[in-house]
Amino acid sequence: MQWETVIGLEVHAQLATRSKIFSAAATAYGAEPNTQACTIDLGMPGVLPVLNAEAVRMAVKFGLAINARVASRSVFARKNYFYPDLPKGYQISQYDLPVVGKGKLNILVDGEVKTVGVTRAHLEEDAGKSLHEDFHGLTGIDLNRAGTPLLEIVSEPDMRSAKEAVAYLKKLHALVRYLEICDGNMQEGSFRCDANVSVRPKGQQEFGTRAEIKNLNSFRFVEKAINFEVERQIELIENGGKVVQETRLYDSVKDETRSMRSKEEANDYRYFPDPDLLPLEITADFIAEVHTSLPELPDAKRDRFKTHYGLGDYDATVLTATRELADYFEAVVAEAGADAKLSANWVMGDLSGALNKAGLEIEQSPVEASRLAGLVRRINDETISGKIAKQVFEALWESKDSADDIIEKQGLKQITDTGAIESIIDQIIANNPEQLAQYRSGKDKLFGFFVGQAMKATQGKANPQQLNDLLKAKLQA
Amino acid sequence: MHNKTIAELSQGLQQKQFSSFELTEHFLNRIQQHNDKLNAFVTVTGELALAQAKGADARIASGQSNALTGVPIAQKDIFCTQGVRTSCGSKMLDNFIAPYNATVVEHFNKTGAVMLGKLNMDEFAMGSSNETSYYGPVKNPWDLGTVPGGSSGGSAAAVASRIAPGATGTDTGGSIRQPAAFCGITGLKPTYGLVSRWGMIAFASSLDQGGPMARTAEDCALMLQTMAGFDEKDSTSVNRPVDDFSATLNNSLAGLRIGLPKEFFGEGLDPEIAKLIHQAIAEYEKLGATVKEISLPNMNLSAPAYYVVAPAECSSNLARFDGVRYGYRCENPKDLHDLYTRSRGEGFGAEVKRRILIGTYVLSAGYYDAYYLKAQKIRRLISDDFKQAFQEVDVLMGPTSPSVAFRFGEKSADPIAMYLSDIYTIALNLAGLPGMSIPVGFSKNLPVGMQIIGNYFSESHLLNVAHQYQQVTDWHHKAPAEFCDEKR
Repeated sequence: MQWETVIGLEVHAQLATRSKIFSAAATAYGAEPNTQACTIDLGMPGVLPVLNAEAVRMAVKFGLAINARVASRSVFARKNYFYPDLPKGYQISQYDLPVVGKGKLNILVDGEVKTVGVTRAHLEEDAGKSLHEDFHGLTGIDLNRAGTPLLEIVSEPDMRSAKEAVAYLKKLHALVRYLEICDGNMQEGSFRCDANVSVRPKGQQEFGTRAEIKNLNSFRFVEKAINFEVERQIELIENGGKVVQETRLYDSVKDETRSMRSKEEANDYRYFPDPDLLPLEITADFIAEVHTSLPELPDAKRDRFKTHYGLGDYDATVLTATRELADYFEAVVAEAGADAKLSANWVMGDLSGALNKAGLEIEQSPVEASRLAGLVRRINDETISGKIAKQVFEALWESKDSADDIIEKQGLKQITDTGAIESIIDQIIANNPEQLAQYRSGKDKLFGFFVGQAMKATQGKANPQQLNDLLKAKLQA
Repeated sequence: MHNKTIAELSQGLQQKQFSSFELTEHFLNRIQQHNDKLNAFVTVTGELALAQAKGADARIASGQSNALTGVPIAQKDIFCTQGVRTSCGSKMLDNFIAPYNATVVEHFNKTGAVMLGKLNMDEFAMGSSNETSYYGPVKNPWDLGTVPGGSSGGSAAAVASRIAPGATGTDTGGSIRQPAAFCGITGLKPTYGLVSRWGMIAFASSLDQGGPMARTAEDCALMLQTMAGFDEKDSTSVNRPVDDFSATLNNSLAGLRIGLPKEFFGEGLDPEIAKLIHQAIAEYEKLGATVKEISLPNMNLSAPAYYVVAPAECSSNLARFDGVRYGYRCENPKDLHDLYTRSRGEGFGAEVKRRILIGTYVLSAGYYDAYYLKAQKIRRLISDDFKQAFQEVDVLMGPTSPSVAFRFGEKSADPIAMYLSDIYTIALNLAGLPGMSIPVGFSKNLPVGMQIIGNYFSESHLLNVAHQYQQVTDWHHKAPAEFCDEKR
């Protein structure tokens, strides 16, 4: 039987506000346990929540960026359950009236554009952390994270493969960082993902029973966990079993998912509107104001890179994958004053390669945009050849010198003086009469030999085009 | 000194007839003398009070005092007080010392009032008789065998027995007005949102409202002036300028339109109480008011709606008392489940548990629409009834409670009978309206209270209406003989 995979994702993006969603405590990551939790975060008796306006602004930004309707009136609800790291015994979230309604994201998979629906996005507070490892026989509670603002972004079950799921997730990740509403740090849990996965016979309309997979803290794990889960479900059904609706945990060490709790064991959260908070009312004026503050979004930027810089679809897509990369590229182009394609090649080629190898992000690049631009400028004005440029790039990476200083210090300036090149060629021809005779009798391949000799003699600094032209003329003379 | 009203004490302090220190000592002595019989205070903060009194005297001497500077008052033990135990009448918080002040407490501190201590109450404000307190019931100063009402029973008893000139209370379904009526004092439940709820331990967030309890409307006006005001720490607090509540006390009532909701005078009302209410209304007619019968057709739905909404919110509000971070924790918990179930099982009393169970039930999947959502719709209907009524009249009047103070144990075994003692008060909480209870006479030697209901934010008018009645009657000056040597 042919099976079709159906995937929907729930993403929790931690909003990059300085203070918490309902209190004035700081949200900075990594502080000593329980030092960033005020009486509100601790759920002390008599304390009350007050909504952080910045969190609302960020949610509205997101809504506008995915072309969703921003609700003029949304409601905070209490999700009731007991857990030691949930101080109030309920989480303040949004339930039937979320702040962001239906929207969509376009993703590119195997060269094809696909639209993934976003069902909703809502504001809620994060819980604290339970620490089981450090305390023998006890559990430690760290409430620093309690009350951190989250935007939960729920997709439609529109994805049909792990690859599509990852593409959607990456697109969303890029978007929240473009909007500067989330730092996107998956290791620190700033951008978390749960996947709802089911399978159905190809052609069937109804969805199969789904499992929800939790604990997916990298793009790679999302892909691996979904692939494992799809195979598990297909195998189960093909062996006469039935998929049960349950929550499963992904174990990245064993690369498998395993059951956490079944639907029957699931909590009845007894949602009801939080009487401590008034309905959230968002005016058209506020939305309009947020709209004007929106940065250029990935799709618009990609289109502009194509039309403005004359880049191809692939280059424009790669360069706009993150806001930092796009900014870097634009800084290089602006300073290099050269052909954008040349800058693009260097950013996507040697620079990205070196960063990958070193495990660095673009914003951590040892070669700043201005110094890479200095290199591109010298390639463009033919001060150095492309080959020498690689040598200069290595020096840029290792030092803080500018490209010009490196070229100067290492004497890498290209030889473009026709007379100088001619005299070198004459010398080589004179020294190699045998090869000259063979070349002239039709052994064209020997042309390369002469180029090599000339480059050797100039330490690679001869302008390749000039050298070629002059050599060709001399050899045939 | 204890026979003086807050207004009189304030004047005496300003005129230096006595110092705040002397006044405070006097009331601390009275508390020491009488509290054992009454059980009104659960914590007496003598040292703190005397220190505050010294500070107040210095302020008065330097001419930087307000009306309440140096006046001793007491706080219901539901308001968090920094460094002082805040028990909420529960074993759960018997060991809880708040690291912050409620906004209301902060306001009293700023004005220089003196806090005598913390007052007994029904556990987590759930009760109408003060019998649910972990610290034992408060006694009614008029008859120690009867209840003082609840949940602000300690506040009402302390004021009635004159061991405190004024006290704060909170009112979720009648918890200021009903004990005020049972103890023969004046109490005001403000419009929802007028007084900050920050630091006031929540029972039912959408209904809870703090307010003043004192002997006279004039005193309530002084206290409310200190308590009211927008608080950015409470999202449900209303951002509007606060009236000068004392300024209009002496306005004439000529032309006042009084509405008598016929639903308040039906079956279940003690006829002697009905008679006293009508006598009070007659006084108002003498003051120039006109009277008209009106109808609040959905009144009969208020108790059922209330006993869905209040427990629902309470079941969630009280979830934080889990033995993990503060408050009562059971001995030697085996595991997390054991910690939760025993800490809560041992820490909460029966009435609190009953309401948590009801609340959990009505919010459960499959029942939410039938109970909680329907109750919220009824709330709207009840509000609309009042809105309609206030098109025709300025204030509504009726009994505060269907009976006078009942005897201990009389209703504690029958929750429904107990719940019905709030039958005339809970509708206001559902609608968020302000209401008062003022003493209008005695039945069976026990005080009878009349409820005055006004439109939203009409507190200054309500106080004016109550004050004018108190200018021509003296029910509010009657004192229980056992606690007061003088007539006045």
